[in-house]
Amino acid sequence: MVYKPSLGEKVFNVFNICIMAIMIFICLYPFWYCIMCSLSRHADTASLMLWPKGFTLATYKDVLSRQDIQTGYLVTIFIVVVGTIFNLIMTTIAAFLLTRRNFAIRNFLTYMMLFTMYFGGDMIPTYIVYTQILGMEGNILVLIIPGAISVYNCIVMRTNFDAIPTSLEESVKVDGGNDMHVLWHIIIPLSKAVISVMVLFYGVGHWNAWFPASLYLNKTDIKPLQLRLREILILSQTGAEGDAGDVATMAENIKFATIIVATLPILLVYPFIQKYFVKGVMIGAVKG
Amino acid sequence: MNEQSITLKKKPNLGRRIGDELKHNFVLYLMAIPVIVYFVLFVYLPMYGLIIAFKDYKPFNRMGQGGIWGSPWADMYGFANFIRFFKSPLFWPVLKNTLYISFLTLIFSFPAPIIFALMLNEIKNLKYKKVIQTITYLPHFISMVVICSMVIRFFQTDGIMTALVDVLGGSKQNYMINADAYRPIYIGSGIWQGIGWSSIIYISALSSIDQELYEAAVIDGAGKWKQVVHITIPGILSTIVILLIMNVGQMLSVGYEKTILLQNSNTAEVARVISSYTYDLTFGTEGGGGEFAYSSAIGIFQSVVNIIFLTIANTISKKITNSGLF
Repeated sequence: MVYKPSLGEKVFNVFNICIMAIMIFICLYPFWYCIMCSLSRHADTASLMLWPKGFTLATYKDVLSRQDIQTGYLVTIFIVVVGTIFNLIMTTIAAFLLTRRNFAIRNFLTYMMLFTMYFGGDMIPTYIVYTQILGMEGNILVLIIPGAISVYNCIVMRTNFDAIPTSLEESVKVDGGNDMHVLWHIIIPLSKAVISVMVLFYGVGHWNAWFPASLYLNKTDIKPLQLRLREILILSQTGAEGDAGDVATMAENIKFATIIVATLPILLVYPFIQKYFVKGVMIGAVKG
Repeated sequence: MNEQSITLKKKPNLGRRIGDELKHNFVLYLMAIPVIVYFVLFVYLPMYGLIIAFKDYKPFNRMGQGGIWGSPWADMYGFANFIRFFKSPLFWPVLKNTLYISFLTLIFSFPAPIIFALMLNEIKNLKYKKVIQTITYLPHFISMVVICSMVIRFFQTDGIMTALVDVLGGSKQNYMINADAYRPIYIGSGIWQGIGWSSIIYISALSSIDQELYEAAVIDGAGKWKQVVHITIPGILSTIVILLIMNVGQMLSVGYEKTILLQNSNTAEVARVISSYTYDLTFGTEGGGGEFAYSSAIGIFQSVVNIIFLTIANTISKKITNSGLF
């Protein structure tokens, strides 16, 4: 039996396709607009709609020659690389421990982690403990160590590790290998998909983070890109804190170039990695 | 005596078992050390820091006084910081702003991804569907700082959104310093950023609905609309309920990052929510800052009310739909 759509349904389908086209436009156009403004030679970008008003790349030269943007880039790249590696090591170890059935403290570790999904020290007590007890004020490690293990990510990873047949690791044990060998030679090579999802989750998280840096590193010069961006683009605008300085008079097209400079890496890698993101979330959604 | 001998018989056994366990799983214990140290120092120790909410907190000084433990307990059996907040002239305005934003989120931002997922589900061309998904997820990965700087640029007097509002009959002005415009901008940009990504969970719930149900409905002569009402929506209802309960359990936790980035002195009156207020009290220039104990108490108040909301929502949901979070 062939299903015959009614007239109303046909109308709806056309309407639906159009609405979705509008959604695509709404999600892409702001970024397009920013890119065009940044390429515009005229500082006044007010009447720009689709194409730049006079083409130039000088805005990018301006932005990239700024000392604060340069150091911001270096700090961010350092944190993304070192931070993500640290995240991966810690999360992999934790997830692996949670899969060891003969491990006496496995349940203890599980509850220790799950508890922190529901309770935690708030922003202020955490700040006090980190600065007064752990001496993290002005220390770049504050952007790397806290948040090293996201319990949610750890559970996603454990679910993946659990799916690996135990017969494989028994062969390692027969050859006299210990759990470290099992992790290194069996589990990790078979979990490339989930590990790449983790690299992306943690990596993007580090790239976008600004808040911890604004709490702990504000008095230092090691400010990541996003924090610099806030100073240049937002504080200068709202005049919330008086340290805006010369940036208040920065031309609009240069401000847009700054936005793009900080976003382009994400925009460029996004098309290649988005399928992994969705995969990662699906794994977690099914489990949770 | 008798009892003791029985326990004595077991004890060496236990000691031996611990020894065996340590020997057998030595590598695992070695691996567990960094994990445990991390959780104790960086996750559990801050929870210990919560007690400053009940203290008259003074930072550690050279005489060895003050600090988290050394500070004296607050007055009124330790609850002075809480009482101070309840009596503060800003208590009601801040609470009202927070609940206002939360209600708007529940009414507008919560259903948006559900409707989006339902509509996406009706797109039959798989390639087109994939393209829509890929592109609508994109804003989720852009940093909050960038999103907010874009919003600020777009709603300036000569910004592109202001131009759009102008065409639609509004006036040309800087909407970022207009207190009336703050909430629509906050909610609208939130929907824009999250609609695609939040729809993933509904899309995965939709894909798990048994397709035979639809075939049976077609044979019974049910049109598309009836299929949606009787099959699709019941199929994702439990997902919706769980997410709704979780949302209600976050009623008082309006995110501080976006508020801090978007607010300014003109909009602070409506923008100030509990979380951003605790930030301003501690790190802001307004009011001198440094109110560590006071803002910790406000943070605890926020968590407690959230838990109450969560429990109420869960109880109601269990009564009505027979499903709940716990």
